[in-house]
Amino acid sequence: MLVSLYRYNPEVDQAPYMQDVEIKIPEGKDIMVLDLLELLKAKDPSLAFRRSCREGVCGSDGMNINGKNGLACITSLSEAGLKGGKLVLRPLPGLPVVRDLVIDMTMFYKQYEKIKPFLINDMPAPAIERLQSPEEREKLDGLYECILCACCSTACPSFWWNPDKFVGPSGLLQAYRFLADSRDTADSERLADLDDPFSVFRCRGIMNCVSVCPKGLNPTRAIGHIRNMLLQRST
Amino acid sequence: MSNLRTLNYDAIVIGGGGAGMRAALQLTESGVKTACITKVFPTRSHTVSAQGGITCAIASADPNDDWRWHMYDTVKGSDYIGDQDAIEYMCQVGPQAVYELDHMGLPFSRTEAGRIYQRPFGGQSKDFGKGGQAARTCAAADRTGHALLHALYQGNLKGGTTFLNEWYAVDMVKNKDNAVVGVIAICIETGETVYVRAKATVIATGGAGRIFQSTTNALINTGDGVGMALRAGFPVQDIEMWQFHPTGIAGAGVLVTEGCRGEGGYLINNDGERFMERYAPNAKDLAGRDVVARSMVLEILGGRGCGPKKDHVLLKLDHLGEETLMAKLPGICELSKTFAHVDPVKAPVPVVPTCHYMMGGIPTNIGGQALTLDTDGNDTVIDGLYACGEAACVSVHGANRLGGNSLLDLVVFGRAAGLHIEKSLRDGFKVDDATEEDIQTALSRLTRLNSTTGGESVADVRDDLQSIMQLYFGVFREGESMQKGLRLLDEIGERVRNTNLEDKSSAFNTARIEALELDNLFEIAYATAVAAEERKESRGAHARNDFTERDDENWLKHSVYFPLTKSVGKRDVNFSPKTVEAFPPKVRSY
Repeated sequence: MLVSLYRYNPEVDQAPYMQDVEIKIPEGKDIMVLDLLELLKAKDPSLAFRRSCREGVCGSDGMNINGKNGLACITSLSEAGLKGGKLVLRPLPGLPVVRDLVIDMTMFYKQYEKIKPFLINDMPAPAIERLQSPEEREKLDGLYECILCACCSTACPSFWWNPDKFVGPSGLLQAYRFLADSRDTADSERLADLDDPFSVFRCRGIMNCVSVCPKGLNPTRAIGHIRNMLLQRST
Repeated sequence: MSNLRTLNYDAIVIGGGGAGMRAALQLTESGVKTACITKVFPTRSHTVSAQGGITCAIASADPNDDWRWHMYDTVKGSDYIGDQDAIEYMCQVGPQAVYELDHMGLPFSRTEAGRIYQRPFGGQSKDFGKGGQAARTCAAADRTGHALLHALYQGNLKGGTTFLNEWYAVDMVKNKDNAVVGVIAICIETGETVYVRAKATVIATGGAGRIFQSTTNALINTGDGVGMALRAGFPVQDIEMWQFHPTGIAGAGVLVTEGCRGEGGYLINNDGERFMERYAPNAKDLAGRDVVARSMVLEILGGRGCGPKKDHVLLKLDHLGEETLMAKLPGICELSKTFAHVDPVKAPVPVVPTCHYMMGGIPTNIGGQALTLDTDGNDTVIDGLYACGEAACVSVHGANRLGGNSLLDLVVFGRAAGLHIEKSLRDGFKVDDATEEDIQTALSRLTRLNSTTGGESVADVRDDLQSIMQLYFGVFREGESMQKGLRLLDEIGERVRNTNLEDKSSAFNTARIEALELDNLFEIAYATAVAAEERKESRGAHARNDFTERDDENWLKHSVYFPLTKSVGKRDVNFSPKTVEAFPPKVRSY
């Protein structure tokens, strides 16, 4: 099959380019895009991409597959399909490219750190766990499963324009994960940190994040909850 | 090398998985100047793939649960070569380590009482094996590793830990006294090579399941720290002990948790028979992993496998109902649909024993200090070197690890290593600096790779290595075939020393990293082969067709592989727990 690969090695290339490569794939098996990349790398070891768990839980291999962000390791070739007779693989859009399919995620991680992604509770910890009812715990479902792959934030035009000021869908999903946690006591501090024109309100609700999330999570809904909390706070 | 930049820390932790981050957190919180060096962003570490949970007697499911029962199960599970002082420590301080994780924010599943949800796992019992199946594995649905790793990363962000993310440690630097004084590391993004100098170096690089062709392990599990230790001339312990997990998805290798059987799933053969009833009449599908894996292979070899090639068995879950599966095992349903094209709600999942965990590793004491043996066979501390988690062999897993004990191992002993280093630094110790020559020695692999003009393809050699290990050192082993495997590995060794790095560029050069990883895979594969051939008995995960019985007279011992002489020695197993009577070896049946 024909694969069109985004290539860029800063030491060699003046500018990025698309490279067409013909590759034989094993018959009778619907392999994943990551398996294909490994085959390509065995032929050309200079091809760079991140990968680790190869089962969709570590979030290393987010990339743009035929125009849509996703994880290479859980996107099969049949699911990916072809675009103009080729499989087109590019790095996630909107962040600087380090090399080939590897992007510089500094800005993405900075936004994650900005929302204080850790439990805050100033009460002395009990001798056992902090109790939490199953109903309280259920509120974290659909939030804590985020794998920080950046598929959502790099599919978001608001994040493209303001990666330094708009927290982005991934960071906001995590912000709500702590706001929703009955064990966390820092709601007002967290909301105060988000209460500006950019951090939350640059979300225009176009739901690109929801349509690309490889874990089936819904950042738009979480952002809606935060908006409500911010509005209630100001009244 | 005068042009090599030096970074200075009191302590460095190599590896950003569960064990490494728990150690780094302990050190940072106690004010030790620490850096965590990790080749992937921390939440990409393999701890993320752990599913079922963390086993610990927190007495939630059963208010009468007792850490001594957990200790008994673990000793029995280890087939009696787990060190009882270490197992005692792990089971006793375990609850504290688990509560810390909850306080850090880990979103455990909950009981109606608001406590942490615990599920049954293999090899668990109440009342020292006499009270039936226990439910002792603390779970966050079937994503416990993911939840734990993210909670630890978040805890480290809160604590202000210094991370060197996407830095690759190449080799240890040793001074003239053979003490470890840091590592050579590459910043992957820029390609810069630096000397990271430290008084204490903690190896927390996890396992090396990638020595096998079929493995549940992530692509990054290449045993870098253990490889470094072997190259530095330090021994490894019980490295022949590799756990094959009963339920890897056939063909893909991806893990489905033992929690599936804990929640009531069971294995069936081609006749639809629940065959574990024959092999383990009491515990059935929740017998030790080694027992279940062997039973599955025997079913397949006996022609009762499933599928057109009769090469796997089936894990039946559909009787549990959609609601239970979606609440308790949502991740499994997702993985099964993606990798087996099977919806567990409707049909059973094709599974086969798959390499999963390295019970052996760098021998350490409870404080994480790496050990070697002197000429009289006495334990000797290696100055400056620590290890914890899967890379270490403390040893709490012996010849077979119980499900849920790896997550407990890594938080308990990551923490213990941190505590020990903190105290040692406070007491003060002096180490001599490495000389120019010492640093050059640690750079030698890189020097070779960076000047190659031809040679073997890394991917080809790696493929051949993996298929040899799969063929000759799998679930069942046999002397003659292992000797053949060893001869083939000698040839692989030649090829490993002759790999080619065609692309010598600096920025994010993953070809260079993969070439360095292959050296580590080879070191560990070779050590495995020599130790496996040497241990002439069957114990835990090490099952030999030519020595089918456990031999307590000669082999109630740790094996210790010495890389410089490629020889295997023996080390006593600890039978001296501090607060309970030791559990004497018994016939191990489930």
